[in-house]
Amino acid sequence: MSSESASPAGGAEAPRYYSLHEHHPENGTLLGFWLYLMSDCLVFACLFAVYAVLGRNYAGGPTGRELFDLPVVAVNTSLLLLSSITYGFVMLHVQRNRLVPALVWLGITGLLGAGFIYLEMREFAQFIADGAGPQRSAFLSAFFTLVGTHGLHVTFGIVWLVTLMVQVATHGLTPANQRRLMCLSMFWHFLDVVWIGVFTVVYLMGVLT
Amino acid sequence: MSSEHSGSLEHSATLEHTGTLREYVTGFVLAVTLTAIPFWLVMSHTFGRSRTTAAVILVLASVQIVVHMVYFLHMNTRSEGGWTLLALLFTVMLVVIALSGSIWVMSHLNDNMMPASMHGMHGMHGMHDMHDMP
Repeated sequence: MSSESASPAGGAEAPRYYSLHEHHPENGTLLGFWLYLMSDCLVFACLFAVYAVLGRNYAGGPTGRELFDLPVVAVNTSLLLLSSITYGFVMLHVQRNRLVPALVWLGITGLLGAGFIYLEMREFAQFIADGAGPQRSAFLSAFFTLVGTHGLHVTFGIVWLVTLMVQVATHGLTPANQRRLMCLSMFWHFLDVVWIGVFTVVYLMGVLT
Repeated sequence: MSSEHSGSLEHSATLEHTGTLREYVTGFVLAVTLTAIPFWLVMSHTFGRSRTTAAVILVLASVQIVVHMVYFLHMNTRSEGGWTLLALLFTVMLVVIALSGSIWVMSHLNDNMMPASMHGMHGMHGMHDMHDMP
């Protein structure tokens, strides 16, 4: 009995508390997404640690110096770096509420990402055709896991990007779509940061040893 | 009315994290430079296949990561009341412990577990070198 009479009173009090909390709806999403990226960072740290430990256990198989084609890696790196600034242009147009230029730059970013994945898949296919697949040595297992995980992230980033292009084209630059574009921006730039580690530790240092 | 109001709030809050053209261009120029130098160092064999080259490209990579964080991810002490920076610092600490700990422990393990005859082997050469570092 008494609980029934207490709950409407509590309900009447509640909106005051909720209205205070609703001041930062946006911060919640972006901070939460940032925390996801940090946890993703730990996944990559583990894969880098595995590569650092096993990266020179060739088991008599091919070494990084014999396998890696640095000019191709340089082109790949340029594609990812260019896609970072083109995504920056997307956000600048979103800021000014210009729908069509934002969509065009999104498309260019997606194409650069697709070019990156294409070159990486060609590299993987070449390695496997040469008998240097992930089962050949601990070095190659660690290589395919680390570089493959990054590639998988970029692939899902492209899927997300295409989905957002459809969303933005259909519904316009609504606050919800702006928030989604912002999250993808963080994701995309984060993958570029991970790639810095990959091209330095895996490719450049792999050729040095 | 209330939904429109929260919409405009959301708008300004989202875009506060977006940089300016100047920021993106500065970041891009720095990033291209910091990418080109290590590739050039390794591909032109300037210092040969030495530890110097490895040390220089690792330092350049660290600088480039900071450049990307500041100019592309707009990292600063103010965003989200400092929570993003705090989360980043915590993550960096975990990453450093996981990476340096793994390399340190596993290189010692390799040296202690490996039969003496295996030390000269091609594949183990790098690990052996690492142990001899000052």
